[in-house]
Amino acid sequence: MDGGVGYADMDALKATELRLGLPGSDPPEKPLPTTTTTTATTARPTKRSLDEDRAARREPSEGGRATSTRATKAQVVGWPPIRSYRKNSFQAMKATAEAAGLYVKVSMDGAPYLRKIDLEVYAGYKELREALEDMFKCFEGCKGSEYAITYEDKDGDLMLVGDVPWEMFTSSCKKLRIIRGAEAIRGLGSSQ
Amino acid sequence: MTYFPEEVVEHIFDFLSSHRDRNIVSTVCKAWYRVERLSRRSVFVGNCYAVRPGRVMARFPGMKCLSVKGKPHFADFNLVPHDWGGFALPWIEAAARGCPSLEELRLKRMVVSDESLELLARSFPNFKALVLVSCEGFTTDGLAAIATHCRGLRELDLQENEVEDHGRQWLSCFPDSCTSLESLNFACLKGEVNAGALERLVARCVNLRSLKLNRAISVESLARILARTPHLVELGTGSFTIEHGAEAYQRLIHAFQKCKSLKSLSGFWDVAPRCMQSIYSICPNLTVLNLSYAPAIQGADLVKLIRHCFKLQKLWVLDCIRDKGLAVVASTCKELQELRVFPSDIYGTGTAAVTEEGLVAISSGCSKLNSLLYFCHQMTNAALITVAKNCPHFTRFRLCILDPGKPDPDTNQPLDEGFGAIVRSCKDLRRLSLSGLLTDKVFLYIGEYAARLEMLSIAFAGDSDKGMVYVLNGCKNLRKLEIRDSPFGDAALLENVGKYETMRSLWMSSCDVTLGGCKALAAKMPRLNVEVINDTDESDEMEENPSDMHKVEKMYVYRTLAGARNDAPEFVEIL
Repeated sequence: MDGGVGYADMDALKATELRLGLPGSDPPEKPLPTTTTTTATTARPTKRSLDEDRAARREPSEGGRATSTRATKAQVVGWPPIRSYRKNSFQAMKATAEAAGLYVKVSMDGAPYLRKIDLEVYAGYKELREALEDMFKCFEGCKGSEYAITYEDKDGDLMLVGDVPWEMFTSSCKKLRIIRGAEAIRGLGSSQ
Repeated sequence: MTYFPEEVVEHIFDFLSSHRDRNIVSTVCKAWYRVERLSRRSVFVGNCYAVRPGRVMARFPGMKCLSVKGKPHFADFNLVPHDWGGFALPWIEAAARGCPSLEELRLKRMVVSDESLELLARSFPNFKALVLVSCEGFTTDGLAAIATHCRGLRELDLQENEVEDHGRQWLSCFPDSCTSLESLNFACLKGEVNAGALERLVARCVNLRSLKLNRAISVESLARILARTPHLVELGTGSFTIEHGAEAYQRLIHAFQKCKSLKSLSGFWDVAPRCMQSIYSICPNLTVLNLSYAPAIQGADLVKLIRHCFKLQKLWVLDCIRDKGLAVVASTCKELQELRVFPSDIYGTGTAAVTEEGLVAISSGCSKLNSLLYFCHQMTNAALITVAKNCPHFTRFRLCILDPGKPDPDTNQPLDEGFGAIVRSCKDLRRLSLSGLLTDKVFLYIGEYAARLEMLSIAFAGDSDKGMVYVLNGCKNLRKLEIRDSPFGDAALLENVGKYETMRSLWMSSCDVTLGGCKALAAKMPRLNVEVINDTDESDEMEENPSDMHKVEKMYVYRTLAGARNDAPEFVEIL
């Protein structure tokens, strides 16, 4: 029904697919609709094309994901159904959280682009490791799971993550680098 | 019964606590109508435009508590234009004239001006409780009037209102003689309040049991407040930003340890994960926990916290708790009755945080679950069928799959069977919200099985008029029906017009209903108000006389004794 591509192939295909989603994110993401209103009337969001949307919706049998419907949809007013109060609080919170954070770049050998994470949200090394695994998991399957997490400190030296107390690490870490494969195994005496 | 003296009948009516029961007994005979109306103390008006305020006051002169609701539910999601209506002033004016012994007023989704708050503050000498939920139109000046003039105020509860900040003095307006406050909630205020005045206020109100602070309250202030209010039962914490290890943090932990009565916690807007440890000592007593405004607390920390909360009955969280976190909830919170999982990443392209797995885990662990609001990225029929089997006690079931019209990802099928299982199994279901890919079949199931359903929310669902007709013909107890973006048209609208007089209201937006259909409905049913709401930006393009074939963008139909309302703005046409 979906054109003869098996599910295993689909995963590999997905991993190399050029799309707006970031690595590690699950099934197709799309820019979700936004409504930005305050109590006073502001510029109204663009109206959705009713007929386009309806036509796309009436074909439930096409593919497992509704990617084609998404492509034709414009922004949808009032969706998802969340109270404006909550949405507004959210935006305010995100703004302050992002402003305050300790953002560092994370690169992984072989990944086409980098990520950025906020070190302040993690309580310690364990949480950091879990978060990084999660973020880059789509690449793990390809090359096996030997890797080492390193960071560049204030002096520009490449250090192994985990040696110093967490607070000292967060205050001296400038960027993170995940080293994979043979290099990682050679570099590490014991694991982590 | 008519042989009993009226005092006896009245005494018997005292045992009737629900509005519905009292409404029913008042229709038995004239004598009972009279006894009932003179003895009714608490009046609930579900739609402010269904009846004139003066009429309510005239019928119930002994009224002490009044609850009024204004805008339709979809106003919460910006589907109702800003100036649509729902004004509180006429109600307060009528009460000031007709029921000066009013003690409590509860308003939801209404426009409340400072003028109305000032009138309220001055008109009712016995006024005790003001509860405003999702209202707008007032500023802190209005609150100042309430604080100044309402002697003996017990409750001021502001939930999720849009309040304009005109300064911090309002709280200082509570006179030194005010010692009666039992409940104070100003969590939705954006501005600062006078911390010293607040601390003195809570110290002298010895019966204070519920206190919900806003984000501007610092942790230092919170620690001082808690030291003075060790008998608090409900607390909304404010921002909770502290340096780990700072002195304030230690004082806070100490203060929490003294609060042995705390059962409900909320707030935590800016908390850093490691600071959550400060509440571990209270967790075993908590029955209500709202962490839905704390996006910084990720799954692992949430889990650590929840493992201590084994008495929890109500939990509101963000989806960063993830399926794994929900599994921990399932194994720890055996008393859980209500769960709400909100999306943390509405605008971004984040990772899928909760799926059907989390919900299935919850259903297998929490057999007492009866109320659910669940935002997720996907759902399967198999999962819903399992959930229906595990939790047959749902009274409220609201599922929101973030991608409109998304099918079951495993089978590509619509979710008709899954929701069908829910309505078949949960015989007490009163409220249902649908999402995902759905055909007319789901409505066939709902019409057939959801006998107790009172409120149904439909979005991006159905294939034809038949869907809506199944619901209108089937659900005997339906009171509110709200539909958006679904292919229901005039034939469905006009199939069972008598039904709408048994319901509070019907909302339809972005459906296939035409102006002609609305006119036909209005003509057939004079005791309904059929409102056609035009988007204001469209009205410039609209012709002077749109044809009857023109599709109506938003329609709101409700039964009323008051006739067409006289406060409708230009863009609302009442047929």
